[in-house]
Amino acid sequence: MIQVSGVAKSFRSNDVLRGVDLEVRDGETLTVIGGSGTGKSVLLKNMLGLLKPDRGEIRIDGTEITALDETELLHVQQKFGYLFQGAALFDSLTVEENVGFGLHNLTDFDAAKISARVRECLAMVGLKGIQNLKPAELSGGMKKRVGLARAIACQPQYIMYDEPTTGLDPIMADVINELILSLQKQLCVTSIVVTHDMKSAYKISNRIAMLYEGKIIFVGTPDQVRNTTNPVVHQFVEGLSHGPITVDIEKSFNFEDQS
Amino acid sequence: MRRISGRMFNKLGIQFLDFASMLGRVTQLIVQTSQWIARGAVDTRTTVQQMIEIGINSSPVIGLSSLFTGMVLALQTGASSRNIFNEPIYIGTVVGFSLVKELGPVLTAVVMAGRVGASIAAEIGTMKVTEQVDALYTLGTNPVRYLAVPRFIACGVMVPVLTIMANIVGIMGGLIVTMYRWDVPSSVYWEDILNFMMISDFMHGLIKSIFFGIIIVTTAVYQGFQCEGGAEGVGKSTTSAVMISMMLILISDYFLTALLVALRIG
Ligand SMILES: Nc1ncnc2c1ncn2[C@@H]1O[C@H](COP(=O)(O)OP(=O)(O)OP(=O)(O)O)[C@@H](O)[C@H]1O
Ligand SMILES: [Mg+2]
Repeated sequence: MIQVSGVAKSFRSNDVLRGVDLEVRDGETLTVIGGSGTGKSVLLKNMLGLLKPDRGEIRIDGTEITALDETELLHVQQKFGYLFQGAALFDSLTVEENVGFGLHNLTDFDAAKISARVRECLAMVGLKGIQNLKPAELSGGMKKRVGLARAIACQPQYIMYDEPTTGLDPIMADVINELILSLQKQLCVTSIVVTHDMKSAYKISNRIAMLYEGKIIFVGTPDQVRNTTNPVVHQFVEGLSHGPITVDIEKSFNFEDQS
Repeated sequence: MRRISGRMFNKLGIQFLDFASMLGRVTQLIVQTSQWIARGAVDTRTTVQQMIEIGINSSPVIGLSSLFTGMVLALQTGASSRNIFNEPIYIGTVVGFSLVKELGPVLTAVVMAGRVGASIAAEIGTMKVTEQVDALYTLGTNPVRYLAVPRFIACGVMVPVLTIMANIVGIMGGLIVTMYRWDVPSSVYWEDILNFMMISDFMHGLIKSIFFGIIIVTTAVYQGFQCEGGAEGVGKSTTSAVMISMMLILISDYFLTALLVALRIG
């Protein structure tokens, strides 16, 4: 179980998180939605100890992680798989070495077993025969999927997916949705997903949380989200440009004048 | 007037704090790296890879620059001593001492700062800004252990090794010019070197080169881990790594020399 309470994080004068409270229950898939730049990725990194919050507590299975030293933190981090928004593949290593990286460090698998597991994970994300390529030779969507294979390879207890379906075609996106669902069903993985893709959010989530202005303003089941009366959540999930969320863009176009 | 000086002190104060916190982080990096090495947590494969990358691949450029340095030293010494004493004498002594105690270590270090310091800072910096350093944590690896330790060992070993190579190649360059330009027999050249040179002179240069190696790798790794802000940040970190380590090499050379002389090493 992950408990986030009162977490605040700023970068210089930019107050990104301003007191986030959130609980992720064992075995559930929780999706975090929110506008671009509201701090979803920053929230995930705080939960994992990759960033240190300025205030607040984060408990992973009861352990408060914000005060741990490097070695203790590494122990906690081993429970996690993390799909980075930009995949973050090691570009000096091949696909095979990337996916097998965690297995090499965290398990006592021998080379043959690692190689078999790598092939299995790549097959799960719909990739075959690319083991010996370098990340620079892959397309954006392929990188994302290799990143996903790397995140799940060690069978972690928690998996964080930062926009798993962005950059994928609709069919591949659904394959990934199914994969997230089956990992949850078969291995009881607890997942935290960040996405802008509402179709995918409705399909895979047990609960959906919305991050807005540095706080979690809403948590509910997909049905509760669909039928919400909260104007901010409604505007976001329906993708409306008019509503309480204002987007800072110059509204100086005047199409009628240009006849 | 007072307002202005107050503000100036404020600014100085902030810069001092920045500097102090930087020193703190550099110390932390060195301490962590040494702890990993002491614990024997060294990945042999990457360390060997780095040694090849740093050592073998740098040897042509180090060899060429030290060859010509030795040659020009012999040319200058021969010309000067001929002007003063009417014959070229003590060429071996001057070439040997200059190379072994100063030029070998310093030139090698400066070339390595440009070549290896830049590539280490750029590589780690790129990994930092593309979240690869974060990814290491999530895959059960400490970045200091995985990235810093092999490079520290490789630089700490290969910079002195290349310095020794530079000394030898430079002395051979001096020999060529002494024999063919000044018509001095090689036996005289070798005697000029061996009659005056002692083991401690050699150690003097070697100890300095170990320090230079550590300066290069610490600066580069630190700049890499500090890197922020995309491609532009990587560029800045790389430039800083090279400039700072070159300055540190030249400045620390004076103080190291003073210290070693006081300790009667060379
Ligand atoms: N390392 C950092 N240094 C400074 N500012 C940062 C850093 N990381 C994130 N930020 C800032 O924090 C804010 C939130 O960034 P974050 O990446 O979490 O957004 P996001 O919600 O994931 O957006 P997106 O949906 O576009 O990925 C942004 O304004 C960004 O500028
Ligand atoms: Mg993001």
